[in-house]
Amino acid sequence: MGEPMEIKDLIIDDRQRGIFRVHRSSMTSDDLFQRERELIFSRCWIYLGHESEVENPGDYRRRTVAGRPLFFARGRDGQVRVFLNSCPHRGALICRRDSGNTDVLQCFYHAWSFNTNGELIGVPDQEAYGPNFDRDELGLKEPPQVESYRGFYFVNFNPYAEDLVTYLAGAREYLDLIVDQAEEGMRMVAGSNKYTMKANWKLLVENSLDGYHLVPTHQTYLDYISGLGSDDSGQTASSRIVGKARALGNGHCVIESPVRNGRPIAHWHPLFGEEAREPIAQVRQRLVEKYGEERTFRMADTSRNLIIYPNLVINDIMAITVRYFEPLAPDNMEVTAWHLVPHEESETMLATRLDSFLTFLGPGGFATPDDVEALESCQIGFRATETEWSDISRGMLRPAKSTDELQMRGFWRQWHANMQGLSHTNVQDAPVEEAEAALALADDD
Amino acid sequence: MTTANQPTLREQVEDFLFREAALLDDWHLDDWVDLFTQDARYVVPTTDLPDGDPKRDLVFIDDDITRLRARAVRLNSRHAHREYPWSRTRRFISNVRVAETGDGELSVNSNVLVYRFRAGEGAPYVGSIDYVLRRDGRDFKIAYRRAVLDLEALSWHGAVSIIF
Repeated sequence: MGEPMEIKDLIIDDRQRGIFRVHRSSMTSDDLFQRERELIFSRCWIYLGHESEVENPGDYRRRTVAGRPLFFARGRDGQVRVFLNSCPHRGALICRRDSGNTDVLQCFYHAWSFNTNGELIGVPDQEAYGPNFDRDELGLKEPPQVESYRGFYFVNFNPYAEDLVTYLAGAREYLDLIVDQAEEGMRMVAGSNKYTMKANWKLLVENSLDGYHLVPTHQTYLDYISGLGSDDSGQTASSRIVGKARALGNGHCVIESPVRNGRPIAHWHPLFGEEAREPIAQVRQRLVEKYGEERTFRMADTSRNLIIYPNLVINDIMAITVRYFEPLAPDNMEVTAWHLVPHEESETMLATRLDSFLTFLGPGGFATPDDVEALESCQIGFRATETEWSDISRGMLRPAKSTDELQMRGFWRQWHANMQGLSHTNVQDAPVEEAEAALALADDD
Repeated sequence: MTTANQPTLREQVEDFLFREAALLDDWHLDDWVDLFTQDARYVVPTTDLPDGDPKRDLVFIDDDITRLRARAVRLNSRHAHREYPWSRTRRFISNVRVAETGDGELSVNSNVLVYRFRAGEGAPYVGSIDYVLRRDGRDFKIAYRRAVLDLEALSWHGAVSIIF
């Protein structure tokens, strides 16, 4: 290959002909990877963690977010603060454990100490410094912007970025659909799935809301589930996957499908056992009273795979998983996945929910290893550089279903705008008549 | 083996564990599942919470006998894509400790090192396995198998795609 392509040429978006292609250098080039760090990961709101992970005053967690070592802590005043994990003195990591509870964090290198509000409270032999040495200037540094929405904390390294709620655009409602399921708020279960994929991070974006791959890639999962007698649709595997795909603005996107099997929240299924029937019915009743039938249907009887642009996935499927991925190189990322559950859930219902998670999700489940293989396989395939383009045209000229690729186009169009230095794009698929009928359409795959 | 040289309890358990390792390395997964009791449990906690309890915490694997059998079916099916073609594995079992728990069951702990090679790459899974073994005639059955990884994350393999 000769000269690197111009950024504007990396995507072919022919809305009239229904052709959408992405140049594969966007997933292999070091230059573009550096550009992403600057124009996407240093400008967008990036997920950090959930409030329940630092439940008590003094609790802290460390994370790597957008390449930066950070930690967040709940101060004695109950407020959550986020800090850059680097000593203002000479740079060493202040927080050197993944989690814990403390009043004081001391840098091991020269023993400067900080409280959980980030204030510098101890400097050994401080007299050695001159009269202009000011402890107040040398507290732990915070990211330029930190905001939370309903328990989810995000950081932004761009001091001029729009506020989080504006940024979330149409994705906000989908977060509400999850959080509103709980009566006493949501919490992260202890334990996380940490795994690496030798693949570009955008492949995981595509994969996380790809209804098209479910049947061919995850056949063993579908066989397992139907072998348990749990297929309550009375239809074949390919015909029951009918749902909508949506671009939600700012690169956020979702697929939303009527549920096929049980959902621990309020859709009982024989797999959960008779004893779960009544508690689930009660949750459903509570939701109907509070939110009405229509909204309850969406919470309980649809599953949703949501991307919060650029690198957060929240899948509300057989369980709720929150999946964050940190790009390490054009062909490498670290994934961390957590399990989000309602605070108030009983021990028995929690056990049912945890079990439901493990059938499909996680690197020891019956599906995620297949996805790891698929993505790494694509990344190796990209070495065949003569095959220059990936095709993401599916469903471009019809009301988009969850097995189409409209949601991926929504992501890629935002990526393309960001990479050209723009913060927004208004480009969408050309309007298709009867778009609202999509959910009811019989699948013809 | 002559009567003067009866194998010790630990030797008997080691023989059993070596046989289990060979079944796994040879991908005789149906025979491996047959080593388990009907009420057995196979658990792999996450790397960040080695003490994780499947009833309360997120774990990688928590199989009862039905899901364990389904896991074998899946790995044998040619459609578990991470493991088809099958990886090559080689298991090393050591530091075996055995304690009788009084109710006819044995509490066993072993260190385990599994090298896995596939698609031009190779890396180890390292950890320890706790077993509860039940006597079954002159042999044993596995009533509980909890495999705890020492890895900090699944950085090399991306998944627990084999039986660890």
